[in-house]
Amino acid sequence: MKTFEQFPEQITDDFANKMDDILQRHDNDPKKLIGILLDIQDAVDLHYITQPIAYRLAKRLNIKITQIYDVLTFYAGLYTQPRAHFCIQICDSAPCRVNDSEGLHVALKDILGIDIGEVTYDNRFTLEKVPCFGACDVSPAFRAGGKVYGRLSTRESVIDALKELMREGESNG
Amino acid sequence: MSKVTIKINNIPLEVEKGTRIIDAARLLNIDIPHLCYHPDQTAKAHCRLCMVEVAGQRKLQASCTALATEGMEVLTDTKKVYDAQVGVLEMILADHKQNCLMCARNGSCELQKLCQRFNLLVPDLPSVSKNEPIRVTNPSIVRDPSKCVKCGRCVKVCADVQGVSAIAYSGRSADFSITTAFDAPLDETDCVLCGQCSLVCPVGAIVETDNTADVWRAIHDKSKHVIVQVAPSVRVSLGDQFGMEPGELVTGKMVTALKLLGFEKVFDTNFAADLTIMEEASELLSRIQTGGTLPLVTSCSSGWVNYAEKHHPELLPHLSTAKSPQGMFGAVVKTYYAEKTGIDPKDIVSVSVMPCTAKKFEATRPELGRDGYRDVDVVLTTRELAKLIHYEGVDLINAPESEFDSPLGTGSGAGAIFGVTGGVMEAALRTAYEKLTGKTLARLDFETVRGFDGIKESTVDLDGTPVRVAVAHGLKNADELIRRVKSGEANYTFVEIMACPGGCIGGGGQPIGTTNAVRRRRIKALYALDQSLPLRKSHENPDVQALYRDYFHEPLSHRAHELLHTSYKRRETR
Amino acid sequence: MAKTVSFISRNFGTYAPSSLDSYESVGGFQALRKALTMDGYDIAAVLSKNQVQGRGGAAYDMGKKWSQARDVEAPLKCVVCNADEGEPGTFKDREILTRDPFQMLEGMIIAGWAVNAQDGYIYMREEYSHLRPLLLSAIDQCEKKGYLGEDILGSGFRYRLHLYSGAGAYVCGEGSALSESIEGKAGRPRLKPPYIKQSGVYHLPTCMNNVESFTLVPGLLMDEQGFYRSQGTRDCPGTKMISVCGNVKQPGVFEIPFGLTIREIIDDLAGGTQDNRPIRLVQLGGASGRLASPSMLDTPYTYRDMERAGLTAIGSGAVLVVDNRTSVVGFLRMTQEFFCHESCGQCTPCREGNRHIKLLLDKIAAGEHTLRDVATLSKFANIMCNASLCGLGETAQSALLSAMEHFPDAFQIKREVAIR
Repeated sequence: MKTFEQFPEQITDDFANKMDDILQRHDNDPKKLIGILLDIQDAVDLHYITQPIAYRLAKRLNIKITQIYDVLTFYAGLYTQPRAHFCIQICDSAPCRVNDSEGLHVALKDILGIDIGEVTYDNRFTLEKVPCFGACDVSPAFRAGGKVYGRLSTRESVIDALKELMREGESNG
Repeated sequence: MSKVTIKINNIPLEVEKGTRIIDAARLLNIDIPHLCYHPDQTAKAHCRLCMVEVAGQRKLQASCTALATEGMEVLTDTKKVYDAQVGVLEMILADHKQNCLMCARNGSCELQKLCQRFNLLVPDLPSVSKNEPIRVTNPSIVRDPSKCVKCGRCVKVCADVQGVSAIAYSGRSADFSITTAFDAPLDETDCVLCGQCSLVCPVGAIVETDNTADVWRAIHDKSKHVIVQVAPSVRVSLGDQFGMEPGELVTGKMVTALKLLGFEKVFDTNFAADLTIMEEASELLSRIQTGGTLPLVTSCSSGWVNYAEKHHPELLPHLSTAKSPQGMFGAVVKTYYAEKTGIDPKDIVSVSVMPCTAKKFEATRPELGRDGYRDVDVVLTTRELAKLIHYEGVDLINAPESEFDSPLGTGSGAGAIFGVTGGVMEAALRTAYEKLTGKTLARLDFETVRGFDGIKESTVDLDGTPVRVAVAHGLKNADELIRRVKSGEANYTFVEIMACPGGCIGGGGQPIGTTNAVRRRRIKALYALDQSLPLRKSHENPDVQALYRDYFHEPLSHRAHELLHTSYKRRETR
Repeated sequence: MAKTVSFISRNFGTYAPSSLDSYESVGGFQALRKALTMDGYDIAAVLSKNQVQGRGGAAYDMGKKWSQARDVEAPLKCVVCNADEGEPGTFKDREILTRDPFQMLEGMIIAGWAVNAQDGYIYMREEYSHLRPLLLSAIDQCEKKGYLGEDILGSGFRYRLHLYSGAGAYVCGEGSALSESIEGKAGRPRLKPPYIKQSGVYHLPTCMNNVESFTLVPGLLMDEQGFYRSQGTRDCPGTKMISVCGNVKQPGVFEIPFGLTIREIIDDLAGGTQDNRPIRLVQLGGASGRLASPSMLDTPYTYRDMERAGLTAIGSGAVLVVDNRTSVVGFLRMTQEFFCHESCGQCTPCREGNRHIKLLLDKIAAGEHTLRDVATLSKFANIMCNASLCGLGETAQSALLSAMEHFPDAFQIKREVAIR
C-alpha cells in the first residue's frame, strides 16, 4: 500500500491549542462530537472543517475517522469546504418563500456581487440557502454569525442588515 | 423463552416469543423478499422490501424487525404489500447502474434474483443513477458505487465483525452513500483488504479484482510453464458454485478441472502449509528456549498482517517471520522446482487459488520475489476459479477424480486444517510437541482450540511443559486478544489470529452465500478430511522431508531464512 | 370565547428571563416544591386529568407517557427536552425559551422527579444557538440555588441538566434520531422496537417531550382552580401555543384556547391576509402537515375536529397561510425541496421517493406532465406513507396527498407553468 501525499492545509500549533481547549471544554468526550465540531468550525476563519482537523480529532477522541466523516457530511450545519468570514444564510422554506425571500436573494446577489455558493474575492461574504430557522414572524430573513436579520423586504433594509452584520463582526473580532 | 401462536398467510405457527417474522416465515418455507437482511447481522430495515401487513396496523411492518407476539396475524402477499415491494424495487433500480452483462455478479446478484421474482418488466421511473467511475486503487478489491443499493451489509461487517470501519455511511438524502472517509482510496484508509465486504454485498458494488484474464494470457502463452497451487479451503467450498452442498469435499474433481483448464502442474498449498509448520514450530521452540519475543503470533493470514502493520505496528516483532503457505510455495516453485525441472523461473507463471482477497495484495509485496520476478504471479479467489471452470464447461459434479502433481502435491491433515480457525495452532502443536519432547503424540486432536468462539484460550501440555495458547478469528476478536496481550492480563506463548470469521474457509474470496452456517459446515469438512488422512503431521510429510534433505537442510537454516521468511513494516494510514 | 389566553405564556414579560431571582419573584419553583411532596404517578395523573397531549407533533397522552416512563425499572433513566423545532413555520418554542426559560427548566426537573430519572438533556437546534448562553446561565443559576444537583431542596432527588446542540438536521426532531445525535453520531432514526421509552439516549429508558409540554407542567400543578380545564372545549380542554406566519399582516406566537376556528386565528389574531388577498391554502402542523382549502377554514382547532376534517391534528402548532400569489403546485415544490434536503437517506422509500416526487412535481410545474405521471406521483407518495422507516417518510407527502384530494385541479393536464 502506497503512502499518501501530505494535505495542502496543515494545523498550526496555535490552532492545535485552540482545538485542545475546545476538547477540554467538552470533557474530551467523543459523545459530544457535534458540539466539538461546531465550536471548532466557529474558530476556523472560513468556517469549515479540514481533513487534518478531522483526522486529529479522530486520534484525540479515539474514534473512527469514518464516524467523523459521517457526521460532517450528514449535518447541514457542518461544512467540509471553505466558506467565508461572513456566511449569509437565506431561508429557503415555504413561510419565507411566500413572503418573497427570492427578492431578498436577488437583492443580496446584486449588492454583494455573488450568488449562492460563491465567495467574494476577499473571502468576506458567501451566500447560502438554508431551511427554516424559526424566524418566520420576521420573514424574509437571513441568518449570519448566529444572529437573525429579519423583515428584509426592501433593498434599504438589506443594506442596513449587512452594515449591522459587519459591525457585529468587528466587535467580535 | 415462551412460545406464541401466530398466523402467517392464515397458516398457524408456533414460535418462540420475539422471533423475527422473516425467520418465522422461513419455518413455513415462505421466503419473504429482502435485500439488507443478512442472517449473520443485526437487522437494518433499510431496504423496506421485506414489508408485511400485520392485522391492526395501518402501516406496513418490516418483517426483519417485527417480532412475533401472541395472536399476531401476518399477510405477506396483499396488494398493499405487493405495491410497496414493487415500488421499492423500482426505486432501487432507478438508482442502480444496470450493466448486468458486464458485471462480476452477473448470475449471483440478489437484485437480479429479485427482479426475476417480481417479473419486473416495465420500470416506472427514470434513471437517477450518477454513473460514478469504478474505483480501482489496490490489487484486491474494486468498488463500483453506482451499483450500491445502500443495504449497509458491508458497513455492518466492517464495523461489527472486523472492528475496522474503513467504509461507513455518509451524507444525507440522495447523497446518502457508503464510502471511505473523505472518499479516500481504500488502500489509504484503515482497510486491510480482507474482502468480507465483497462477500456480503448483494450486488456488484464491491467485488474482488478479477485476474482471470491474466490466467488465460499465461495459459495461452506457449512459452510459459503455468502451475497452480490450491489452498486447503477451496476444496470444501468450490462445490457451492456448482450446485453442491456446502462443505462437500471436491479435491479430486477440482484437480481434474484445473488440469482441463490447461495448468501444466496442479500443486497443493497444503504442502506449503506443512512447510510453514516446519519453520514456524521451530521458530516457536527457538523463541521459547532462547527467551525470544513471546507470544509468537502467526502470520499466514494476509488480512491480519495488513491489520498489524497498519493498526498495531508495535506487535510486529511478535509476528512469525515465516511467510504464509502461499508465499513459501511461490518461493519454492521459482527456486527449488525451477532448478529441479531446469525451467527458467522467469518462464514459470505461478498462480494460486485462494479463499482470500488480501492474498492478491500479499503477492505484490516486494519480499515475495527476487531477481526481477514474483514468487506468485497471479492470485485467484475461489469465485474466479469457478468462473474459469464454467468457461471450460466442466461439469464438476460428474468430473472424474485426479491427484495433485509431484513434487509439491502432498499435504498432511495438519496442512489441511490451516483453513479453519484454530487449525494452524493445532498443526503447529502436533509438530512442536514431537520436536520438543521427542515423543510421539498419542492424540492428535486439540479440541480446545476448535470451534466458532471468537476467542479460544487454552493451556496445552507438551509432556510436562505447559504452553499457554490463544486463537482469535475476526479482527474485532483479534483486537480484544491484542488488548489482553498488551495489558499483561494474558500470558500467552503462542497466538493464532485469522482475519476472517471461521478462518480462511470464511474468507473474503469465497463463494457468494458464505454465511456462518455455511462456515460451520466447511469447518466440519476440513476436520473430517484431516481425520481421514493417514498423514496427519506436517513433519512426516515425505515431500517436505525431501525438500529439506535436498534443499533447505533444516528449518531456520540460512537458505530457509532467505526464501521462506520475510519481514514486516509499519504502514501509514492518513 | 376570548381569542387568546394567558396560561402557558403567563410569565412572558413579567420577569427578566436571565434571572432566577426574578423568576422566583413571580412564583417560580413553587410548583417544584409541591411536586417534591407528590408521588410521580400522581403528577402524571394531573396531566391526564387535564387531557394534555404532547406538543411536539406526535400528540401522545402526556400523563400516560410519564406514568409509563415511571413504570420502567432501570438504574439509569433520562428525560429529554426536544427543542429541535424544525418544522418550517414553527417558532413557538423559540419564544418560550427566549422569554420563559426557567419555567421550562422547572418542568424538566419535575419530570425527572416524576419518572425517576437522574439526567435531563435539552437538545436544541443549532439555529437557536443564540439562546445557548441564556440557557447555560439558567442551568448554572438553578444549580447554585439547589434546584439541580445532588440533593434538590433536601428531598434526596439527584438530577442534572445538560444542553446539547443540533447541527442542522430536521430529522433529529425524531426521538431515536435525536438520541443518535446526542451520542455524537449522524442523526439517522433507529429501527423500532425498541422504542425510546425502553432504549433512547445512550440506550437508556428515555422520556422525551417538547419544550411547550414541559412548560405547561408547573402551571398545571398549581392550577387547583381548574383554570386550564375551563378553557377550550369540552372534548378538547386547555390552551395551545401556536405560531402563525406566511401571508398574514401580523405573524407571531399566540396562546389560544382549543376550539378557536382556523379562520378566527387568521383574521382575529394575525390580522387577516396581507392586502386582504384571497387565501389559496393553509398548511397546519409544519411542512409535514396536510393542506386546508379555503372551504375548510371553519374547522375548530382541536385534535378531534382537525382529524375529522382530514387535517393534521394540530402537529407542531404551526399555521402557515398562503395567499393566491403562490400556486398549489408551487407550494408543493417548496415543501418537496425541504424534504429532499432533510431525508436522512437510509431507507429506500424516503430517499428515493422524495427524489422522484421532486422530479415529477418539477414536471407538473413546467406543465409537461402526463396522467401517468400523476398516477406515479400518487403511487410513490403512498408507498412512502406505508413503508418508510420513520415518521419523516410517513408524513413527508401529507401535503401532496391532501392536495390531490382538495385541489385536484392543480394536477390537471394544463400545459401551464406554475409561477412561485
